[in-house]
Amino acid sequence: MRSNGSLFQNIDWILVFLYFALALLGWLNIYAAVYNEEFSSIFDMSQKYGKQLLWIGTSVVIILVIMFADATLFQTLAFPIYIISILSLLGLFVFGKEIAGAQSWYAFGSFSLQPSEFAKFATALATAKYLSTKGVSMNSWKDRFVALIIVFLPAAIIIPQPDPGSALVYSAFFLVFYREGLSGNYIFAGFALVILFILSLLISPLYLFLFIAAIAGIFIFLYRRSRGAIVRIIALTLLSVGFIQSVDYTFNNVLEDRHRNRINILLGKAHDPKGIGYNTAQSMIAIGSGGLTGKGYLEGTQTKFDFVPEQSTDFIFCTVGEEWGFVGSSVVVILFVLLFFRIIIVAERQKSAFSRIYGYSVASILFFHFAVNIAMTIGLAPVVGIPLPFFSYGGSSLWGFTLLLFIFIKLDSNRMEIL
Amino acid sequence: MERKYLFYFFFIGLALIFIARLFYIQVIRTDFRLSAENNVIRKEMVYPGRGLIFDRHGKLLVGNQSAYDIMVIPLQVESLDTLEFCGLLGITKELFISKMAEAKAYSYRKPSVFVKQMSKEHYISLQEKLYSFKGFFPQKRILRDYAYNSAANVTGFIGEASDRFLADHPSYKKGDLVGITGIEKSYEEVLRGRAGIQYKMVDVHNRVKGRFEDGKYDTLPDPGADIICSIDIDLQKYGEQLMNGKRGSVVAIEPSSGEILALVTSPSYNPELMVGRERTKNYGRLFVDSIEKPLYDRGLLAEYPPGSPFKVVNALIGLQEGTLTPNTSYTCHHGFHYGRLHVACHCGTSYPLPLRTGISKSCNNYFCTAFKGIIENYPDAHQGMNAWSEHVKSFGLGKFLNNDLPTGRKGFVPDADYYDRAFGYTGWKAVSAISLGIGQGELLVTPIQLANMTAAIANRGYYYTPHILKKVNGQPVTDPNYTEPKHTTVDPKHFDIVIEGMFDAFEKGTARGSRLEGIEMCGKTGTAENPHGQDHSIFVAFAPKDDPKIAIAIIVENGYWGSRWAAPIASLMIEKYINGEITRETLEKRMLDGTLKEEYQKQLDAVYDKKKLIAENK
Ligand SMILES: [Zn+2]
Repeated sequence: MRSNGSLFQNIDWILVFLYFALALLGWLNIYAAVYNEEFSSIFDMSQKYGKQLLWIGTSVVIILVIMFADATLFQTLAFPIYIISILSLLGLFVFGKEIAGAQSWYAFGSFSLQPSEFAKFATALATAKYLSTKGVSMNSWKDRFVALIIVFLPAAIIIPQPDPGSALVYSAFFLVFYREGLSGNYIFAGFALVILFILSLLISPLYLFLFIAAIAGIFIFLYRRSRGAIVRIIALTLLSVGFIQSVDYTFNNVLEDRHRNRINILLGKAHDPKGIGYNTAQSMIAIGSGGLTGKGYLEGTQTKFDFVPEQSTDFIFCTVGEEWGFVGSSVVVILFVLLFFRIIIVAERQKSAFSRIYGYSVASILFFHFAVNIAMTIGLAPVVGIPLPFFSYGGSSLWGFTLLLFIFIKLDSNRMEIL
Repeated sequence: MERKYLFYFFFIGLALIFIARLFYIQVIRTDFRLSAENNVIRKEMVYPGRGLIFDRHGKLLVGNQSAYDIMVIPLQVESLDTLEFCGLLGITKELFISKMAEAKAYSYRKPSVFVKQMSKEHYISLQEKLYSFKGFFPQKRILRDYAYNSAANVTGFIGEASDRFLADHPSYKKGDLVGITGIEKSYEEVLRGRAGIQYKMVDVHNRVKGRFEDGKYDTLPDPGADIICSIDIDLQKYGEQLMNGKRGSVVAIEPSSGEILALVTSPSYNPELMVGRERTKNYGRLFVDSIEKPLYDRGLLAEYPPGSPFKVVNALIGLQEGTLTPNTSYTCHHGFHYGRLHVACHCGTSYPLPLRTGISKSCNNYFCTAFKGIIENYPDAHQGMNAWSEHVKSFGLGKFLNNDLPTGRKGFVPDADYYDRAFGYTGWKAVSAISLGIGQGELLVTPIQLANMTAAIANRGYYYTPHILKKVNGQPVTDPNYTEPKHTTVDPKHFDIVIEGMFDAFEKGTARGSRLEGIEMCGKTGTAENPHGQDHSIFVAFAPKDDPKIAIAIIVENGYWGSRWAAPIASLMIEKYINGEITRETLEKRMLDGTLKEEYQKQLDAVYDKKKLIAENK
C-alpha cells in the first residue's frame, strides 16, 4: 500500500483542471437555464441546478474512490465490468422505466439511472483489454470481428430502447481501431459513405450517377494500364451506385415522415421553423441572438423563458451561446479541444497498451459527443439526443463521463509502475 | 506519419468549423436577434376609453362598456378538447374550424381575433378555464353603451376598421374600432385618443414574465376627449316619438349659435343594435331595408322641393331688389295666369293682398308675380336669374353647409346656366321658371338647409353654420366656421315685415290650428309636390318672434299638406323646448298616435301593381 502523500503525486493536473472547469461552467449554465426569481438558492433540490450540484459532489466521491483503488484493478476487472454493463442494458427491457419515450432508465424512487451512460466506460475498458491482449492485431480479420462485437453489442441493445443517439456514440471506437492499426482506408471509406449519403439526399440520383461515372472515367483513364485497378474502380463505382440507390429507397420508402422531415430541414430542403425543425430553429435563435459578447449571465431570454427545448440537457450550449456570446462559446469549444489534445498527449506517453487504448477510447467518445452535440445546436447536424460531456444536466451522464475520464487519469498516474 | 496526427487534425478542423459557424450565426447574421425578440416580446395594446358623448345639458348619451375579444396565436395552440372549448365560448364546432383556418391564414405567430366582443359577464364566467387552453388569451376592448334608445343617427356608431380604411390610416390596426357614422365618425380623432403600448416578455407558453426592459419602450394610453354635443336629448327623443309611424325628419337649430338641437330622422333604429357580436347581422338587416331605409338620415340627405316656405325668401329678395315694398299688393284670381301658363292658388281671396297677408295666406299668385318682377327688373332674364340665385344661395341653400356632420347634400338652386342648358340661350324667360316663385320646380333643399334658412330669417339676415359639437373636454367650439355669422345678401331691415307675415300664419293664416297662447311663433306651411305619390307635408317655424330660441324645419313624407302634420309637430316641439312641458294633450296624442302606415302601404301596393302590370304586358 502506498501512502496518501503519493496518491495525487503523478496525477495529470491539466486534465483535472479542465474537467472541473467544464463541470463548473456547465453548472453555471444549468443555473442560468433554469433560473427564476422564485427559487434562487443554489442548494434547492427541487431545481435542476441544486441536483446537479449534488451530482458534482458525488462525482468528487467517485473520483476519490477511483484514486484510492488499485490501478491494475481496472485491467483485471475490464471484462466483468463489461458483462455487468451488458446485463444492466438487457435488464432494461424487463425493469426499465420509460422516460421521454425511451425505456433506458432504472428508477429508484425519485432517482433514476441510465445504464447506457455507464456502458461507455465499460466498453472502453473491454476494448482496451481485448486489443492490448498479446497476439491480438487489427490486421487480423478475426480480431477485428471480435473488437467489432465488443463495441457494437451495447449499441445493438441500446438502439431498440429506443435511443439511437446513445447507440451512435459507439461508432467513435472506429477512431480507436484506426489508432491501433486499422487501415486509414476504413476511416476514409466511412467519411466517403457519409458524404455520399448526404449527396444522395441533396442531389437527384441521376445527376449523382453521372457525376460518379465521370469521376470513375477519369480514374480509369489514369490507371488504364492496370487491369486490376480498373476492375476495382468499376467495382467501387457499382457499390456507390448501389449505396445511393438504397439510401434513396430507404429515405423515400422506409423512413417515417418525421425522420424524413428532420433530415430535409437539416439539408435546407424544407424550411419549416414552426414545425419539425422547431428545436433547431429555436436553438439557433438563442445562440445567434447572443451576438459577439452575449446578453450577460442570467440575462438570456430564450433559454430562461423555455423557448429552447431540453435546454439544460442536450441544448445546454444554447445558454452558453445566448448569455456569453461568440466569445464565451469559442472559449468553451477551445476548452474541449484542449481537453482532447491533452488526453491524446497523455495517452501517447503510456507504456502500457491497455492504458493507451483506453485513453484513445476516452478521447474518441468525448470528441464524438462534443462534435454531434454542438453541431446539432448550431444547425450542422440533425437533432440527436446526446449530452455535452460534463456540461449537460444529468447524474448518470456526469457520473459516466467522470468514471470514463478519471479511470484514465488513474491509469496515467500509475504509468511509472508498469514495467 | 504518426496516427495521432489524424486526431489532432480532427480536433482542430472541427474546432475551426464550429468557431466559424458560431461567428456566422452570432456575429454576421443579425436576424436571429430579431427572431429572439419576436419570441419573447409581446406587444400589448392598451386601449383607452373612447371619449364620452353628452347632450347639451350634460346628459350622458354614449358611454363605454368593457368587452373581451378572445385572441388566438395558432402556433401556440396545443391539442384541446374542441367540444369543451366550443361549449365554453358558446360557438359551434364548424365556426371553431373556420376561425382557426382564418387565423392560420393570417399568421401563425401573430394574434388574431377568435371570438369577438364577448360580454364582460360571459368573459368572467370562463376566465379561469381559458388559461388551460394554450394559445388563447383575452384582449380587452371598449364597446359603446347607449343610455338612450334615441339619436342613433346623430351619435352614429363604431365598427371594426375596414381594410380600405386601414390602407389609408396606418395608425390603425386590424381589429381597431373606428367611427362609421355620425359624431363617432366626424369626431373620430377627438374621441379615439391614442392606444398605449406595453411590451411584455412572455415565455414559450405565452405566460407573461415581466415587462421588457422595465417598460422603457412602453407608452401610456392617451384617453379620448369627451364631447358635449349640441343635441337636447329630451327634445330629440320627443321629436322621434312625434314622428313615430311617419317618414320624414325634424331639424331644430338654435339661431343664435347654429347649434343643432334636434336632428330626427324617421324611421330610425335602436343604437344598441350596433354594439356587440350581433352588430354585423343587425347592420346588414337595416342596410337592406330599402323601404323603411332606417340608416338613411333624411334630415341630412333627403332632398325635397321646399314649397311654400320658400316664398318667404322670394319676398325678402323682392324687398332687397326693390321690386317689392311691404305695400305692394296683388289680387289673386284663383292663381297666376300668364298667356297659356296657369298656376293654381287656393288662398281663397279675391281682394288686393299686401305682402304680409300674401305670406300668411301663402298666395301662389302673389309670389309668382313677385318672382317675375325680380327677374324682369334686370335687362335680361340671365342677369335677373343669376342675381336671384345668388340671393338664394346666401341663405345656405344649393351648396354644402360644410358642417361637422359626416354626410350631407348640396340640394339644388338653379341659375341662368341651368336654363340655358335646358332651353337654349334664348329659349327662356322669367315665366319659364315661374314655379321657383312658390318653391317648386327644380329647387331642391335638405331639411337641415331648410332649418338653417329659417334660422337666418329668425336672426334677421345671418346664420351660423349648423353644427353638432358644443364643447370638447369642456372647451367651447372655436372653429370660426361655427363662431362667425354668415350674412345673407338681404339687409336686416327687410326682415321684420316678412316675419310679421310668418307670425300671422300662426295667428290667422295657414297654421292657426297650431297656435299656442304664450309663445309668439312664426312659421310657414308648405306642401312639396311629389310626383311619386301623396304630397309631402312641410313646415318651418321659429320662436319666440323677437328673441328666437329655436328654428325648426319639419318634413312628413306623403303627409298631404303642411298644416296637417308638420305644423302641429313643429308647434309641439317648440312648446316642449321653450316651456319644457306640453299643455295641449289632445293635439299631442293625435300626433303621437297618428301614423301614415296605411298611406305608405297603399304606395307600396301601387308600385307592385305597376310592376305586375308591366310584367303581364310582357
Ligand atoms: Zn291666391
